[in-house]
Amino acid sequence: MGNMNDIFDTSRKTLQDVEKRLEMPRREFLQFCATLAATMGLPAGAEAAVAKAVEAAKRPSVIWLHFQECTGCSESLLRAEHPTLEKLILDVISLDYHETLMAAAGHQAEAARKAAMKANKGKYVLVVEGAIPTKANGIYCKIGGQTAIDMVKECAADAAAVIAIGSCASWGGMPSTIPSISGADSSPTGSAGVAEILGKPVMTIPGCPPNPYNFLAAVVHFLTFGKLPELDKLGRPKFAYSRLIHENCERRAHFDAGRFAMEFGDSGHRQGYCLYKLGCKGPETYANCSTLGFGDAGENNWPVGCGHPCIGCTEKGVGFTKPIHQVAKMLNVAPPLQYPRIVEEQGKAASFASAAAVAAVAGAAAGAAVMLTRNLGLSHAAEEAERAKAAGKSADDKAGA
Amino acid sequence: MANHNHAAPAPVGGSLVNALTLTCGVLIALMVAILMVRFLFGLGSVTALNDGYPWGIWVVVDVVIGSAFACGGFSVAMLVYIFNKGEYHPLVRPALLASLFGYTLAGAGVIFDLGRPWNVWHMFNPWSINLNSVMFEVAVCISLYIVVMWIEFSPVILEQQGKLELKKKVGRAMFFIIALGTLLPMMHQSSLGTLLVVLGVQIHPLWQTPIQPALYLLSAITMGYAVVLFESCLTSTAYRRRIEGHLLTPLAKIMLGFLAVYLVIRIADLVIRGALPRAFVPSIEALCFWIEMLSFIAPLILIGAEDNRRNPARLFLAGVLLMLGGAMLRLNGFLIGYETIVGDSGGFSYFPTLAEVLVTAGMFALEVLGYIIITRRFPVLPREAATH
Repeated sequence: MGNMNDIFDTSRKTLQDVEKRLEMPRREFLQFCATLAATMGLPAGAEAAVAKAVEAAKRPSVIWLHFQECTGCSESLLRAEHPTLEKLILDVISLDYHETLMAAAGHQAEAARKAAMKANKGKYVLVVEGAIPTKANGIYCKIGGQTAIDMVKECAADAAAVIAIGSCASWGGMPSTIPSISGADSSPTGSAGVAEILGKPVMTIPGCPPNPYNFLAAVVHFLTFGKLPELDKLGRPKFAYSRLIHENCERRAHFDAGRFAMEFGDSGHRQGYCLYKLGCKGPETYANCSTLGFGDAGENNWPVGCGHPCIGCTEKGVGFTKPIHQVAKMLNVAPPLQYPRIVEEQGKAASFASAAAVAAVAGAAAGAAVMLTRNLGLSHAAEEAERAKAAGKSADDKAGA
Repeated sequence: MANHNHAAPAPVGGSLVNALTLTCGVLIALMVAILMVRFLFGLGSVTALNDGYPWGIWVVVDVVIGSAFACGGFSVAMLVYIFNKGEYHPLVRPALLASLFGYTLAGAGVIFDLGRPWNVWHMFNPWSINLNSVMFEVAVCISLYIVVMWIEFSPVILEQQGKLELKKKVGRAMFFIIALGTLLPMMHQSSLGTLLVVLGVQIHPLWQTPIQPALYLLSAITMGYAVVLFESCLTSTAYRRRIEGHLLTPLAKIMLGFLAVYLVIRIADLVIRGALPRAFVPSIEALCFWIEMLSFIAPLILIGAEDNRRNPARLFLAGVLLMLGGAMLRLNGFLIGYETIVGDSGGFSYFPTLAEVLVTAGMFALEVLGYIIITRRFPVLPREAATH
């Protein structure tokens, strides 16, 4: 990366300001920006742009809606151990509407939202947390008398960008799970994701909850470059969701070697073997859980690290849909049902039957050869004798004549 | 070819059901049953093969020895068409028939021994080919030769079916087919010896020599003539026909010529490499070496004299001994003189199971049965006036 001082003008005033604002040393701030840039897979040098964007504190207005959810996404963002994370997120954006965090209540809160939307028309960022019920015209979720459907449509109309955080907002998540009762073809409330309601693709950060850094990195990308990062076909930022969890899993070597935990608490499980046979969905789930520590609590702080199989929460059709202990569908190579034995047989000496068979074949061949030779010899001798006799006879005839 | 007047080939005729064909039928049925088990439950369920001995008698006897026994067609065709000895022409068809069966079954036998037989087509897949592989050379040559031999033999079938026009057309390309049919066996018979060269120090010093390809080729040609002697004497006895002594006696002389060259090279090689003393160390390898060598040397004594070559009993015995010698040369190299780990068995051992022996017996039974059916129904053997 080169010398930090070559990249950053560390004496600039904004940098000193950010130090005060975020209550973090400059050095730590710059390291944070570099980490964020690396998380997004940005080229070297981009950390400078990231740092400048965060320093500038343009503070775009953010409207954060909550629908059918547990607020786990917001919680994970705020409860992150890293002391500056929530500071940073609240510092770089102007969170004008967030039902859990705002002090305002009732009509006052709704008025604040409308005011923010009017003031920042076409410039604010809309974040949606939670699924949107669609059955019975969406009456299952109302805020200030307005259904979730109307609210998300109203807020999205003038937003610069729409971000669906968590699996619920991404495609419906857990609320959209169809109950296993006969005749059920949709969830009780007909929950849907943001993209489905708006009828256009939006950026999704699925996960239950998603890693806050993935959200933060996406927001910072928007701040730095004025556009969302590159997305996959499901609207997920590629920097975080382009690899299977299985590909970089810390237990991958056990998978390749065929060492599996067969049940919770067995010797394999205690030794940290692969959780594939306990139903780990890592092999069919795209996310960076195995490479980016969760919640700043150090590495291994994620389901698989704790000994529980991945449930595939970032993957529609896997998380909340497949039973937790159902074995994952391998997207690339499936392990065999059984492995070759490691004790190799070395062969046995001749058995009575096989030795007898070989002896019988050899004996029969030898016997037949001898008999045939004898017969051929006898007939040859007879022929020779006949010939000698004939020769003798003709000689006699000649002598007689 | 020099113009010779030979009796045209004709079917022998007669019943196809007798004690011999029924015995063959039983052996073939047993083989089929065992092969079904093999293909359903894998090689391990019927064979004694293991990691130390990945090749058993199905490869060494059915393929390596079987294809050497099947060199009669090539040896006689070489004599008649390349060296222009037209007088031996009546021997070509029966010899070719035996070769046809030997090779076709050797080709099929390889599939029994493949761990993953469904991948066998990979060897014809251009991007799977390893041009440096000896096995590839053997596999391609043998499969090509099987096709070539069926074309060589096709006039017999066309004659029997009355398709003389087609036979004429095939006949026009025959010079090329025959040339190919002489070249291909020379290539792969020597390559079978190369397999032992590749195995290197795993082979006992008595057989571990870089000239193995030459030994394999020379012994295959010699065995080819030996098989003709054997087969001719056998058919004459079985079908009560006149023994073709006027052909076999000079043929035996040619065979002895090849045998002498073989023995000179074999013994000179043993002496030059200093391996000969190993033949006097009491061991199973030394015992088998002497069986092999005596089988090669004995025919020189048995039919060395012109007068003895007129005796069909001696010709037959010489033929059988040479077949035994050639078979032992191959068995010794690939199994008896083969060590998994140099200087030590590594704990591995191999002796064929009853099932393996029965499959090999079934393969030979199939050859015998096929030979009987075809000679009785197709024009292979020369027509003979009904004197018996």
